[in-house]
Parts: sequence; C-alpha cells; structure tokens
Amino acid sequence: MEAQGQEGEIVSQFWIFDLILLVFLVTTAVIALRVRDLLSAAMIFGVYSFLICLLWTGMGAVDVAFTEAAVGAGVSAVFLISTVLRTSRKSSD
Amino acid sequence: MKALGLIAVLGTGLLLLAASRDFPNWGDPSSPASSYRLSRHFITQTINETAVPNMVTAVLADYRGYDTLFEAVVIFTAGIAVIGILRRYGNRDFIPAGGEVHLTPKQPDLIVESTVRLLIPVIQIFALYVIAHGHHSPGGGFQGGVIFGASFILLALARDLRTAQNWVAEKRMLILACCGILIYAGIGVLCQLLGENFLDYQILHRILPTDPVMARYHSILGVEIGVAFTVTAIMFSIYSNLSSNGQMKEGI
Repeated sequence: MEAQGQEGEIVSQFWIFDLILLVFLVTTAVIALRVRDLLSAAMIFGVYSFLICLLWTGMGAVDVAFTEAAVGAGVSAVFLISTVLRTSRKSSD
Repeated sequence: MKALGLIAVLGTGLLLLAASRDFPNWGDPSSPASSYRLSRHFITQTINETAVPNMVTAVLADYRGYDTLFEAVVIFTAGIAVIGILRRYGNRDFIPAGGEVHLTPKQPDLIVESTVRLLIPVIQIFALYVIAHGHHSPGGGFQGGVIFGASFILLALARDLRTAQNWVAEKRMLILACCGILIYAGIGVLCQLLGENFLDYQILHRILPTDPVMARYHSILGVEIGVAFTVTAIMFSIYSNLSSNGQMKEGI
C-alpha cells in the first residue's frame, strides 16, 4: 500500500482518492453550514460523517472509522432528523 | 464584523497549516507516538499479556479500562439528561415554543414493513457479532451497542414508536442501561474484593476456570457486554424521547 518516497517519507499511492474525499468533505461541511433547510443540513451532516469514516479507514484507524459509521453516520443523523421534524424546519439565521 | 471574522478564520487556518508541517509523517516509526516505550509495550506485549489479537480492544477495555468505564458512564448520563429535559409524564397539555408540530399519521406500507422484517434480525445478529468478535476484529461494546439500538430505532421508524415500545418497554430499557454500568463496575469491584486493583482482571483467574492471561481475555468480553447494554438502551431511549417530544406515544 505504501512506497518509500525519495526523501524517505511514506507516500500513499491512493493520494488521489484521499484528495477527492477531502474536497468532498470540505464541500459538505460548507453546504451543511450554509443551507437554510435544517432537514437537509442534518442529512448532509450524515454524508460528512460517512466521508470522514472513509478517510479514517484509509488511514488504517478501522475501529475509529467503525464507530464513526455507527454513531456519526447512523444514529446521530437519525437523532438530528427526528429533532428537526419535532421543532421548526427552517433556520432563522 | 464579517470581514473581521473572515480575517480571524483565515489567520487561524494559516497558523494551523503552518503547524501541520511539524507533524510526523503518517505511520512514521520514529514519531513520538510510535517510539514512546508505552506504545512499544502495547505493540509487543499485548498478545502475551491478554491473548487479544486486536490491540485497540485490549487497550480500550483492559489497559485503560478505567477510562472506558467512565465513557460508558458519560453515555449513561447523557441519556439520563435527555430524559430529565424532555420526558413528560401524564397527559398534561404542553405546547412547545414555536407551536405544536402535527405530523401526518403514518400509513402502513407493505414494502417498508417487509424489508424491515427481513433486515432487523440481520442487523441484530451483526450487532452481537460485533460485540462478541471485538477481540479479533474492529468493533466492541460501543459499536455493537449502537448497531443493536439502531435496529430498534429502525423498527420505530418503519412501524411506529408504540410497536417498538411493545418490544422493549421504556422502564426495561432503563433497567438495562443501569445493568450495563453495574456489570462493568461490578467486574472492577470483584477484582478489588479478590485483593487486586480496580479493573485488574488478572486476579479473576481464581474464580474463572482459566489462567491469568485468559482471565483478562474473558473479562474484556464481560465489560464489552456491559458497555453494549448501556449503549443499546440509551440510544433507543434518546431516540424515543426526541421523536415523541418526550411523551413516548407517537414517534415520527
């Protein structure tokens, strides 16, 4: 999976994949902050969790990634959505 | 004001980027985290001392078991706090700020119900596998507990909250949450009663029919089950309080 770089540093050969994931991560973070509909913000937050879970898997931290997939992308998205449905859907600011 | 905020954000971002140059490379064997003697001990001695192949689980539930006990207590406290804030007993009329939200009543849906009927047993078996197989593969009490709780949440989403409440009553869930913490702390106290430190599982070989190494191995499973009980119960409890506005009658 890794190759020794020229200066002795470990270079991941999947850096393009990592780069795409990071770009998507920043995009979803900005969208989740900017969007006015709180239900969409909650869903995009779930997508954000899933992307960061993929990044952690790529770094070999599988236990952390598993927790993020179960808690971040799974349950906390449901918590946020159920809260949004029980309160008001539009953001006031 | 907005310009000031932008300048502050850009400044902090540049500082963070500059600081990230000092980080050790990814997986660098000479980085402080890898060269510290404690990490060397964990990497080389975990399998000899606990017979657990997955180092993360051994560190989580054995070497720093005290920490994990209070992580479970934090989750328990969060669940109790949600109940304390949201739960409303009785039929008192209460209109939340912003007006009562009326949701359209749920129509039974053949496709959703059949899918959920097929999925829930698979999810629950997988959750039990994650809990029990945490020694060898990623997973453990927290993840398995969340997945098990998610299976009840899925039932409540697909049918309604009342169906899920018939399966697992609110009071029974809270007793389960308390049991989880008691199992974890009880194993720790048992070690103390046998004359060792709190959560030093090695001494449990006197009451388990195994040697000290396997006693640690099996005690890790014991505390993982305790964590899983608490997490399962609290996840479902938080969901049912949030989705029913604390009345535990009609969910979303």
